Amino acid sequence: MVIAIALIVLVVATVLFHFLSPWWFTPIASNWNTVDSTVDVTFWVTGVVFVAVNLFLAYCLIRYRHRKGNQAHYEPENKKLEWWLTGITSVGIAAMLAPGLSVWAKFVTVPEDASAVEVLGQQWAWAYRFPGKDGQLGASHANLISVENPFGMDPNDPVGQDDVLIANPQLHLPIDKPVKMLLRAKDVNHQFAVPQFRVKMDMVPGMVTHFWFTPTRTGEFDVLCEQLCGVAHFAMRGRVVVDTQDDFDKWLASQPTFGQTLAATKGDPVAGQALFTACTACHGAKAEGNRELNAPKLSGQADWYLMRQIKSFKSGVRGSNEQDTFAKQMIPFASMLADDTAIRNVVAYIKTLPEVRPPASVVGDPVHGKKLYETCAACHGDTAKGIWATNAPRLSNMSDWYLARQLQHFRDGIRGGHPQDFNGAQMRSMAKVLPDDQAIADVLDYIRTL
Amino acid sequence: MSLTVAYGALATGIIVWAVLVMKLRSKPWEATAGAAPAGTGFSVSAKRIGLWIFLAVVTSLFGLFLSAYYMRMGQHAGHGPMAAGDWHSIRDPSILWLNTVLLILGSVTMQSARAAVAGSQLEQTRFRLFAAGLLTLAFLIGQWLAWREIRYSEFFTPLNPAVAFFYVLTAVHALHLLGGLVVWARTLARTLRKGVELIDVRLSVELTSVYWHYLLLVWLGLFAVLLST
Amino acid sequence: MAFVAIADRDHEHALHDPQSFIRKYIWSQDHKVIALQYGFVATSIGLVALTMSILMRLQLGFPDTFHIIAPQDYYQYITMHGMIMVIYLLTALFLGGFGNYLIPLMLGARDMVFPYLNMLSFWFYLLAVLVLVAGFFVPGGPTGAGWTLYPPQAVLPGTPGASWGIICMLASLAIFIVAFTMGGLNYVTTVLQARCRGMTFMRMPLSVWGIFMASILGLLAFPALFVSAIMMALDSLIGTSFFMPAVSSMGEQTVHTGGSPLLFQHLFWFFGHPEVYIVALPAFGIVSDLISTHARRNIFGYRMMVWAILAIGCLSFVVWAHHMYVSGMNPYFGFFFATTTLIIAVPTAIKVYNWVLTIWRGDVHLTVPMLFAIGFIFTFINGGLTGLFLGNVTVDVPLSGTYFVVAHFHMVMGVSPILVVFGAIYHWYPKITGRMFDERLGKFHFWMTFIGAYAIFLPMHYMGILGVPRRYYGYTDAIQFIPPSVHEANEWISISAMLVAATQLVFLYNLIHSYFKGPVADPNPWRATTLEWQTPQTPPKHGNWGKDLPEVHRWAYDYSVPGAPQDFIPQNVPHSEQTPAGREHGVPT
Repeated sequence: MVIAIALIVLVVATVLFHFLSPWWFTPIASNWNTVDSTVDVTFWVTGVVFVAVNLFLAYCLIRYRHRKGNQAHYEPENKKLEWWLTGITSVGIAAMLAPGLSVWAKFVTVPEDASAVEVLGQQWAWAYRFPGKDGQLGASHANLISVENPFGMDPNDPVGQDDVLIANPQLHLPIDKPVKMLLRAKDVNHQFAVPQFRVKMDMVPGMVTHFWFTPTRTGEFDVLCEQLCGVAHFAMRGRVVVDTQDDFDKWLASQPTFGQTLAATKGDPVAGQALFTACTACHGAKAEGNRELNAPKLSGQADWYLMRQIKSFKSGVRGSNEQDTFAKQMIPFASMLADDTAIRNVVAYIKTLPEVRPPASVVGDPVHGKKLYETCAACHGDTAKGIWATNAPRLSNMSDWYLARQLQHFRDGIRGGHPQDFNGAQMRSMAKVLPDDQAIADVLDYIRTL
Repeated sequence: MSLTVAYGALATGIIVWAVLVMKLRSKPWEATAGAAPAGTGFSVSAKRIGLWIFLAVVTSLFGLFLSAYYMRMGQHAGHGPMAAGDWHSIRDPSILWLNTVLLILGSVTMQSARAAVAGSQLEQTRFRLFAAGLLTLAFLIGQWLAWREIRYSEFFTPLNPAVAFFYVLTAVHALHLLGGLVVWARTLARTLRKGVELIDVRLSVELTSVYWHYLLLVWLGLFAVLLST
Repeated sequence: MAFVAIADRDHEHALHDPQSFIRKYIWSQDHKVIALQYGFVATSIGLVALTMSILMRLQLGFPDTFHIIAPQDYYQYITMHGMIMVIYLLTALFLGGFGNYLIPLMLGARDMVFPYLNMLSFWFYLLAVLVLVAGFFVPGGPTGAGWTLYPPQAVLPGTPGASWGIICMLASLAIFIVAFTMGGLNYVTTVLQARCRGMTFMRMPLSVWGIFMASILGLLAFPALFVSAIMMALDSLIGTSFFMPAVSSMGEQTVHTGGSPLLFQHLFWFFGHPEVYIVALPAFGIVSDLISTHARRNIFGYRMMVWAILAIGCLSFVVWAHHMYVSGMNPYFGFFFATTTLIIAVPTAIKVYNWVLTIWRGDVHLTVPMLFAIGFIFTFINGGLTGLFLGNVTVDVPLSGTYFVVAHFHMVMGVSPILVVFGAIYHWYPKITGRMFDERLGKFHFWMTFIGAYAIFLPMHYMGILGVPRRYYGYTDAIQFIPPSVHEANEWISISAMLVAATQLVFLYNLIHSYFKGPVADPNPWRATTLEWQTPQTPPKHGNWGKDLPEVHRWAYDYSVPGAPQDFIPQNVPHSEQTPAGREHGVPT
């Protein structure tokens, strides 16, 4: 009896939950309304079956519960009833399968006028490539990938020279234009998924997969990785911005082509030395850092990281938070470097500076820190030397008081909150594994032993 | 892919066949007249059935290895210029032909041992069983020589899937033969026991010969695939 | 007939009772002891997996409160939890546990046909579990690649346990497959060869049918996992390129060339989908017997049930790629696999109808096993229907990779089979131990587990529709479309999960306490027809049947036969005498 009532209650609760719960599809932003329709059809068919069978079960449990003198009905089978049920089930199945397959037929047929965009996935970031004026993507290969050529482009392929490279996780797309997403992975399987677009596809290293859709709504949409790709899988974020055609064209024109990145000159340390004199006041003549002035050690840090940070200060991506006082101080100094060439030069000079061991200022428990560092090692490497591919700077032999402050800032949301600071946001997610200052001290004390 | 589908179809076929054999259309609730029906199992021993089921499992194993082989070989079709094929066919060592002959002889000898045991010739059974085992050992040594030949050839690299598959397929086959040789050794030991009665070893010899023929078939299949690709 | 002689000869040695403790309980060749050994080991490792799920739920529900597990721990637990629950718990328990215990008893055999192989099967299984556990103690810990172990991530840095852990996992799986093959050969051959006189195929209880078919599926499907395990181990250890493409891992080129990660996925799911039915079919079979016995009614449409088991078994080999709709495989495969997958729903639906129709016009005794069986019907309907979403290629695309999938497979192959396991344990407990369990604790166990599990997984479906991705260590503030209500729901789900987990301790207490203190059970407390309840002793002694094997005269479902004095007639009662005589001993005089 109780079980029958429980079943009825569960059925009612399930139906109520279905209609009352706040969670349903995100508002659609692509042409795939038909996908939603197939889901609706399936919900109706299965919903009817769910309610009908379970209520019938509950009815049977009440009506045929054991009472004294009851006897069950002996009936080995009822062919007619069974065939009827089989028939009705088959009809229901067909009612779901037919629309599903017809929509799938559209899914597998990419429209002729769809423009191609390449998505490049890696642990744990996104990048994009547009074919440029010739409408063709240049050749690329995993074996060509390096810190200078993160897209693995073939420099000898003339087709690739005008390819537009978007070396950050934010992609712009024009509204109402069908787009064929070509998906490529550098290292492991990923999946490019935007819930609002409904369609998605895995990216598999060694092959190019694809899907297509037409954005139908302007706005910003989160890109999620939905294929487990390692420790920071949950923090692998990107963004798609759907623009009007004009905005999109403007944006695309401001992005560098592969040819331009090839042409960029190497930094000149001699020119950089002159520029660096302005920095020495705080960071020291050998960029060894100065705790009193809150200036971290710079020597020994990876050049790509220094360049990115200087650019971030300049553009306000870093230091936009009111509480981040020291980052705010850095903004005017970073702005003294006029252009990318200047930045490249000063970084080239810093690279020539000799390394000194910074004094230790944070004391913790390195044994506990070692356990905590296992998470950090995924990006920063086992020896904390930093890994360019994961956008992870060097930690070993750097100013520990500075690292402690940054970890606190990440944890407390002071750093990494700017919408364009994708790496910072990622670090913000990861810094949560260091819940308190003691954990931060422990991990930094361990890093010092590396 | 299509091979795997074919494999699935084969499994389905076997099951359907079993359904027909097992009289699955009878209505069990109807009272059968007279005594309980006696015929419940197949009139072969459990060990024989067990062996055949095991052979089905091994077939599945090799079938899947081979479908992996073909899928890996055709992997790069249609993936664009980025995916340059890395499958470089190797020259199969000619000793494989000799090995094949050895294994065929082993199988034939095993069959003759089976004939001997059926004809109650103890001496002949021992001798032929022994010879069959020796021939199989010779096959394994020959396989090892083939491995060495490839190992020291100019095209050896584990990166070439053709090489890697050659080793894996032949090694898995050789392991199955080694397992067979363990059974063979036990059977041989039993025939050498004092006062042994042939009836006791008859089933063992029969099953060993079935296994030998089966592994010969597997080898012929593998060899054909290796030669043709 | 000849086969009888051979079959009897096979069992001669089994009649000698082993005397020493070690021979009786450790190196035992008795199928009942082996079944219990399987049961103990599976339950123990299952408790480990349950503990890991609680730790994961603490992280998901209260990410800022508890800092017990780091991301790499989370991914390691998610992997081990999945693998243990699917393979080392459910597969081992249904086939090694229930299969071993029930097949010979239900078929009127003295033991499995290859008892020595059967014993080896258990010890290999134990070895597999130990190697699996060893993964926790190697450098880097166990693999964190997800239970699907997809390459290249499974063997590349960035994934926990990519060097040692994955090798432990692959080795353990290979050993498990060897163990399973030895066991499976036994189960299949025993069903084919060792049935007692009169036990035709169509008189076999559905439990045996389910286990039989699952064993066949396992024998044919596990080689696919074996093949992929070998090839992945070679890729990892000696640098072959079966699955490993040319990649730039952590900014460095690996040695690998053009391997195919999708090849692994095909092989894995060629095993992985039948694996679902390896777990489900025994559950289907057992629950059919539970429902029929406790509803005092013949199972409705027995023949259809048998055919459905066979049809599901066959079809399960041609649906595997529905796990790969968005894997990047040729999208045209979607048409084929969506069709086959939805076809498989028809025989499955028939089974559900027939369970319900068995209760219809029955005489339902709401015993503890029956409650679990009803709970199973409910959760299985739910999980089966959501399967229609994921099997239909277009509908799957927005839902794949979200919590909808998590909810679906936990409902259909977590909660449902485990409810059957509980029901079956309660059902056969009196036979296995000779004691009755505490019914009040059993009912408490049912209600907490059933309602609790539904409370855990129902909301997850809707989170999935919203788009909340699965396999995420945390949902930090960066995902715009996830509202705070999802985080609140996660708290409630975690609380619910902890309550359900704690309830399992009550269950264990009930089992252990009743074993020593429970009232002595009637030999056939449920008044069931199948042979295992008609053994001369309870619990059955070595050799099961005393001097003479039973003889079967009727099918397994003669409940409430019109005109019969009682509402059940055991299978070994001849048609001439309608009285199930000698009820006390469970055998006809």
